[in-house]
Amino acid sequence: MTAGAIAAAVAAGERTARSVAEDYLDRIAADDSEIGAFNLVLVDEALAAADRVDAAVARGEPPGPLCGVPVALKDNLCTRGIPTTCSSRMLEGWRPPYNATVVERLRAAGAVVVGKTNLDEFAMGSSTENSAFGPTRNPHDTSRVPGGSSGGSAASVAAGFSALALGSDTGGSIRQPAALCGVVGMKPTYGRVSRYGLVAFASSLDQIGPFAATVADAAACYEAIAGHDPLDSTSIDQPLEPIEDALAEGVEGLRVGVLAELCGGAPPEAPAGNGAPADVSRGVEGVAGDVLSRVRDAAETLERAGAEVRTVSVPSAVLGLSAYYLIAPAEASSNLARYDGVRYGLRVDAANAAEMNVNTRTAGFGAEVKRRIMLGTYALSAGYYDAFYGKALRVRTLMLEEFAAVYNDVDVLLCPTAPTTAFELGAKTADPLLMYLNDVCTIPSNLTGHPAISVPFGRGDDGLPVGVQIMGPALSERLIFRVAAALERTATGEGSAP
Amino acid sequence: MARLARLRFSDEELDELAAQLSAVLDHAADVEALDVSGIEPTSHPQPLSDVARADKVRPSVSRAEVLAQAPSVADGQFRVPPILGEAP
Amino acid sequence: MSGEAPERETALPDGWELVVGLEVHVELSTATKLFCGCANRFGDEPNTNVCPVCLGLPGSLPVVNAAAVDFAMRLGRALGCEVRPAVFARKNYFYPDMPKDYQISQYDQPTNIDGRLELADGHVVGIERAHIEEDTGKTTHVGGGGRIHDASYALVDYNRAGVPLVEIVSRPDIRTAEQARAYVRELRAILLSVGVSDARMEEGSMRVDANVSVRPSGSDELRTRCEIKNLSSLRSLGRAITFEAGRHVDLWSSGERPRQETRHWDEAQGRTTPGRSKEDAEDYRYFQDPDLVPLVPSAEQVAAIDAELPVLPAARRAELLAVGAGAVSASDAALLVERDQDELVRAAVSGGAEPGLTATRVANDLAVDDWSRVTPASLAALIGLESSGQMTATQAKQVLAEMVETGDEPASIAERRGFQAMAGDDLAATVDEVIAANPGEWARYRDGDDTGRKKLSGFFIGQVMRATRGRADGAAVNRLLQERAEPA
Ligand SMILES: [Zn+2]
Repeated sequence: MTAGAIAAAVAAGERTARSVAEDYLDRIAADDSEIGAFNLVLVDEALAAADRVDAAVARGEPPGPLCGVPVALKDNLCTRGIPTTCSSRMLEGWRPPYNATVVERLRAAGAVVVGKTNLDEFAMGSSTENSAFGPTRNPHDTSRVPGGSSGGSAASVAAGFSALALGSDTGGSIRQPAALCGVVGMKPTYGRVSRYGLVAFASSLDQIGPFAATVADAAACYEAIAGHDPLDSTSIDQPLEPIEDALAEGVEGLRVGVLAELCGGAPPEAPAGNGAPADVSRGVEGVAGDVLSRVRDAAETLERAGAEVRTVSVPSAVLGLSAYYLIAPAEASSNLARYDGVRYGLRVDAANAAEMNVNTRTAGFGAEVKRRIMLGTYALSAGYYDAFYGKALRVRTLMLEEFAAVYNDVDVLLCPTAPTTAFELGAKTADPLLMYLNDVCTIPSNLTGHPAISVPFGRGDDGLPVGVQIMGPALSERLIFRVAAALERTATGEGSAP
Repeated sequence: MARLARLRFSDEELDELAAQLSAVLDHAADVEALDVSGIEPTSHPQPLSDVARADKVRPSVSRAEVLAQAPSVADGQFRVPPILGEAP
Repeated sequence: MSGEAPERETALPDGWELVVGLEVHVELSTATKLFCGCANRFGDEPNTNVCPVCLGLPGSLPVVNAAAVDFAMRLGRALGCEVRPAVFARKNYFYPDMPKDYQISQYDQPTNIDGRLELADGHVVGIERAHIEEDTGKTTHVGGGGRIHDASYALVDYNRAGVPLVEIVSRPDIRTAEQARAYVRELRAILLSVGVSDARMEEGSMRVDANVSVRPSGSDELRTRCEIKNLSSLRSLGRAITFEAGRHVDLWSSGERPRQETRHWDEAQGRTTPGRSKEDAEDYRYFQDPDLVPLVPSAEQVAAIDAELPVLPAARRAELLAVGAGAVSASDAALLVERDQDELVRAAVSGGAEPGLTATRVANDLAVDDWSRVTPASLAALIGLESSGQMTATQAKQVLAEMVETGDEPASIAERRGFQAMAGDDLAATVDEVIAANPGEWARYRDGDDTGRKKLSGFFIGQVMRATRGRADGAAVNRLLQERAEPA
């Protein structure tokens, strides 16, 4: 049952929010031991919230757009009085004294929070294996990872544990697990959704966004959480465009660019009738052939539906990964300094305060978090700032300029979400760089702050889901949801599904 | 660097870390090598400015709720081991 | 501050010149903190003015206080600074009183640059920058007599964490310890007059660090400097600078050189002790805070601030001196402006009062918190009675004190108290009696030079005052003494 159907049924009094919540909680109780999507299941709180929704419906109050819809929250979103761990020993047992803005907005929309989902510790990772509480498994194949860092949220929707879930996306942490778990995942324009109450990883890149089984549900969830928040200085104060009515519009006349650098370098076999720019020989490494085939299928699908498709080039896109792995750790090294054992969370005592800080941080953080803190400390340190961090910020400018130029020629861009389908647990844990390459297609949108969505589009050679990514310029959410909906219609059945 | 970050590593951990970090930094050589003269840095994807709030008091969080989360408390304050050295 | 005993400063040995720059932190008197809505209030129960933002809780985000930015720009304009587009940066270091383990400050793009501050004596000190930053919490070291190094634990109160500060960094243009104190006094006067801070050194809402070095007189080199911290009063500031400069001269003179380091002033021992050296200085890894956006003041905003700036202390002193036409001393003018009594004095003078006497009487005898009952007209009347010899100085002081209490007219107070200066013949007779009773002193007065006479005239005036129970006019007694020493 889609989120939209649930909300309609609860609002119409055809179902109670309680019965919906009970169904989902039963499924979690039955199956989550196999998946490990949740750090915490909020049975009592969910039922109480469902009862409040039912009471409001009974009183005839206007139902919220997500009335009675079960939703899961990534465990880096603050929930008042409810443990928020970031899947780290550092925050085990911490109960925030406040709710994230998105949590307040979901509640106002009538959603029912069923639990807090697993993630790579402090959202640093691409497989949800870096969790202090154990990995989450992919519901399509439990020997494989769900992607990350929002792997628990992606798996929750894929396994039917919640109709919707929220994740956070710093370098692809919503879109990549969405692709690997065969669900829709979307990263809004930076500043569209308030970050207040999202435990920061890299502040200039982090955005909260939805997971859903369908594009329409993802759009409804996005609309519920988006909008200006005076508690976030980087929040955009501009009206939201309604999205639902755009979803059926189709893509007739839209200009779609296939982004060469993220499609294996050489232009994917060009759909008819467009000229590839001269120099697209350089592309990112490691995008698998079956994934590229699905992107080509998607391009053809859009063309058949009336879009103008051409191959385009953004040369600086290949620099994204390097720039990202300087900027994100730099910000993280500062954001994670506050875990010092003084005010909340873990403390490992010592004879003096500085040693106590060291003991606490050494015991509380996992290997990947420490690695990124060290990398970021290095990138910001005197003597290296200009060579690394300073240059990475200039690459960001370059990317913004080049993407702006390409959006003069096309309306949206098409490329893979992740280089491969879901991989085996443990396959990439020994080599951080190999793991980082998972984000190569998603990172550019974080650096530019532009919105992007991953939509399931067929399967790989191994039979596992493949996601394709639609990217658009700032504040083009309505447009990318519309293109995603067109792809979804094909992928889910109308004739030419791959 | 570990001192700046208030982390401790064993010698083996340090060796492994050094290798991993240099792999990432080697990958970043493309950025390091780039001629970026004339390009301004972008710290922020959104060109916002002058976002400020009115100077109005909002309720604070109750001290009990705040201190309940602290590892160690005395006299309504956060208690820490002795601090050597002064703040910069 | 004016009540502090003047500190005697030893000048540097010949051939050496003092070079001092000051870094002054002032807490802005906004209603709320810099980045959250918690009350900005001194003296509350510990950890009662705290929230997710100022405690640095995970997920919290700062939003800058518009009033703090406005206050900082007002101060900048009062110091003649250029107000510029600014960004907030993070200064990264660990300390338990800092909730996020980084301080949000302004680094390479501060709000105010390139200003100047003119001291009461006309000396100009350049202002390099005046930037906005957040304060830290307050740490109490417990056990071991409160000393850091043998404390058994520490307690942290975050009420002060996130309180808005402006750090005003002067150029190294200060040449004497007295100038350093005058700079702080003047800065305080400006802060009070612009109304952006209560600037109380003793409560810590104004904190001063001094960068001290010395150099051979006449050279323009800048030698190794030491930063002196823990200066809790103007007196400490002067003493610390004098001590430190002497230490530097000794080192250079004996062929050594000072280490660049932070030093702490030990008030009890009267010396500075070494702190953190430049070699262990932290690498602060400054970078632009991605949680905040730039401040871009418009020309109109700056013009509006300029239009609303009050008349600043330097201009008020100048006005007072001009009104006095040479009769008002610079020190009285400075004091009157500091106490906001310059307007009263100017009004009384334009009501006919004698400027020098008015300024002196108010400066010396109206050092009270509430002088609202003293009007320019009543003050002018009082000064009129005194300068015409109808009332002695002692009587005038008593009348003024009663005017503060009751607001009555000076003439009626004087009448009620039976005050009237002793008339000429009676006074002359008393003077003669006193001379006769003290022949030794009189001989020395009569035969002495000006200096000797000045010393002894105090003695005779005192004796006459005692004999007349204060009804004599000191100036008249002096005149009579001189007439008798040198009969025409
Ligand atoms: Zn606060």
